[in-house]
Amino acid sequence: MFDSALPVMTKTAQRIIIYLSKRAISVFITIVIATYITIIIANMGGYVDEIKKAEITERITQQYMNNPAYKGIPRDQLQKLIQQQIELEIHRTGLDRPFLERSIMYLWDGLTLNLGRALYMTSDSGSRLVKNIILERLPQTVLLFTTATIINFFIHLAGGLYLSRNYGSKLDKIVVSLAPLSTMPGWFYGIFLILIFAAWLHILPYGGLVDYPPPEDPISYFLSVLKHAILPLSSWIISGLFVGIYTNRTFFLIFSTEDYVEAAKAKGLPPRLIERRYILRPTLPPIITGLALSLIGSWQGAIITETVFNWPGLGLTTYQALQYFDVPVIVGLTVIYAYLLGLTVLVLDLVYSIVDPRVRSGLPV
Amino acid sequence: MNRSRVTGGIFKELLQYKSALVGLVLLMFLLIISTYAIFIYPGSKAVVYWRAGENMWIKNPKNALPEWWELFTPGKTLPRTIEINPNTKGYAMETLKTTNDGGYLINLSLSFNYEYDEEPSAINVFVNGTPGDNFALFWVYPDGRKIFLTNLTLTTESTNYYLSQDIALNTRLEMDLYKQIGKPEYSPTIEKILFGTLSREFKVQKGMFKLLVQGYVKDPKKTSFDLVVYGKVYGIAGTDHLRRPLEIAILYGTPIALAFGLTASVLISVIELVIGVISGYFGGALDTIIQRITEIYMIIPFLNIVILISVFYKLDLWTLLGIIIILSIFGSGIKSTRAMALQIKELPYVEAAKAYGASDWRIVFIYMIPKILPTLVPSIVLSVPGFVFLEAALSLLGLGDPLLPTWGKVLSDAESQGALYKGLYYWVLEPSFMLILTSISFTLIGFALDRIVNPRLKEM
Repeated sequence: MFDSALPVMTKTAQRIIIYLSKRAISVFITIVIATYITIIIANMGGYVDEIKKAEITERITQQYMNNPAYKGIPRDQLQKLIQQQIELEIHRTGLDRPFLERSIMYLWDGLTLNLGRALYMTSDSGSRLVKNIILERLPQTVLLFTTATIINFFIHLAGGLYLSRNYGSKLDKIVVSLAPLSTMPGWFYGIFLILIFAAWLHILPYGGLVDYPPPEDPISYFLSVLKHAILPLSSWIISGLFVGIYTNRTFFLIFSTEDYVEAAKAKGLPPRLIERRYILRPTLPPIITGLALSLIGSWQGAIITETVFNWPGLGLTTYQALQYFDVPVIVGLTVIYAYLLGLTVLVLDLVYSIVDPRVRSGLPV
Repeated sequence: MNRSRVTGGIFKELLQYKSALVGLVLLMFLLIISTYAIFIYPGSKAVVYWRAGENMWIKNPKNALPEWWELFTPGKTLPRTIEINPNTKGYAMETLKTTNDGGYLINLSLSFNYEYDEEPSAINVFVNGTPGDNFALFWVYPDGRKIFLTNLTLTTESTNYYLSQDIALNTRLEMDLYKQIGKPEYSPTIEKILFGTLSREFKVQKGMFKLLVQGYVKDPKKTSFDLVVYGKVYGIAGTDHLRRPLEIAILYGTPIALAFGLTASVLISVIELVIGVISGYFGGALDTIIQRITEIYMIIPFLNIVILISVFYKLDLWTLLGIIIILSIFGSGIKSTRAMALQIKELPYVEAAKAYGASDWRIVFIYMIPKILPTLVPSIVLSVPGFVFLEAALSLLGLGDPLLPTWGKVLSDAESQGALYKGLYYWVLEPSFMLILTSISFTLIGFALDRIVNPRLKEM
């Protein structure tokens, strides 16, 4: 018994691994393309070159100015020396090579997250490195929008199942007729929530991450963050609510008219079992694809929602970088976003490969 | 002929849905507003008005509420802006006599009736004359009380006296008030003191107010005063922080939003359709390439790249539209149109076309695309609001068209000026209301169309 089960297991694992590595390669190619597009766009106005040159100039000037060995040299001679060194360094780093070569060089820098220094912005810990600024803000975005997407996912699933069971009921009709409300994006509902709960009723904060000054002990800190997260989370939940439930309901309804479901009903299986085994199970892969898409959508939507709620994540950083015209940060953010979206797709592919029997049995997906 | 009958049939069926009817009425309303806006702001007039700077609107109040706001303040009439100048009623100038050095002594009175329930938002006096002219300004209440305001000496031919911002005057008036009635129960601003009764509670003194000016001028013909008592409400939509009437952007934003949303959604859907059908019909390597590109497009950070492009190249709205279209044409719509193309490819009439020697392109464009197009109409209509909101979102980030007044621009100004903190709700509500109308109108029509075109949904 065991002997026969084991090879099947390894074979399945092998298939999953092959599928995942194929996906990983294609996702990685996408990230490379996105980064390359970013660099081409940014450098059409010569911005990346400027960033690199400014960096070299600053570093070498600092080096010479702070070196006691050069203290005695007259200013103009020192300037000349510095200029010479800068030109040498530009040549050494290849900034005077043709564009194609340079762009490949920048691509490598981008992919290895070697994103350079910000022009004006600093991270909360005081670092000028773009990488630090962005990585410091990343967790807040992931925290807020993963939570929102997952809450939405379960509400829509449960609501859709419930309505497909009670199809035609009053509640069903209400949800169907309210579905058009979901064309308005989360940030738009956010403005109204701020208007009602912050500006009018004064019971929730306008925005931000925690109270000022931040509470000392972790529990009240957590509660404070929770209080600030209520409005942004609700705005996304309200925005997605009706259309999410409506789509799932229609989806389940279509599946529940399949012949095998009718057969199961005829066999007299309990409705719950039919729901779990005959409706939910086969619809799981497309539902998970939907989850992947909404997660990707949520990272993108974060830019505006965070701006509206002043939530210090990647989105607000994008807005601030735009205000300061801090080019290295804007370029860095696009690269990080490409990675974030790519990784999301990969993680969901992993889940997909577990739930989709076609992947396990090696059939074309 | 056959097709027009089909379209007519769909339209007739559409009218049977109450929701679609509401949607169509809203759409008509938006179209009427668009036509009206284009008619009253022809060419670039809206842009000129919107970007004219403060001088053009100097006689409008700042951040004034729309006039319909009075619905929320029952029994109260909110002040409108009152302007008294040589061309209006209530302006009287008399030249008293000539002085030894050839100058003149004049007496000026600018009187107006004030019947509102709140004090005005600000008071400005614009003076014209010759450099060296001297004036003394007095304020006369309806009850006859007269107080001295200030002395003015012209150094140029025209001077603006911002009465509300005169700190010295404010202090003096406050002190006088304390002396007469003790500590008042309201915080005494210049406007409240100048328009209130002499009591500890604030109440507007209604009746005829007068600004009296006694002056010594070189040339009375050149002398003119212009008193502006700024109201708290303005027009149908109120004004913003730069005194611009919001109705310009609210009205003119309508045709822009409709044009932007419709162009984006129609072009993207049609291009996706063409690509999807080509992919499905030809198959092979071309199909594989198109499918890979679609997968790549799914992961590319769309919004970031739009931001990147518009921040580096300062695009106008229509170039931005082009970029959004280019970045969207390999979207998820391709998958469904490709699937449909795969089915239609096998239908007998396509076989027949092949048999009589129709070229591949003829089959794609004349036989397949028109067959799939009607099924796309609901999704085209449904995706319009998404693009209207995309424009608003980009404006909110400060990346929209640098000149055009749009709803997103108004929202963005309101956000950056802290409209919600300051309680200026109308500033946020007006553009939002228009966005909601647009979005609801298109979705109601789109949902109904969806049921007509996809009969499987009809019974659900």
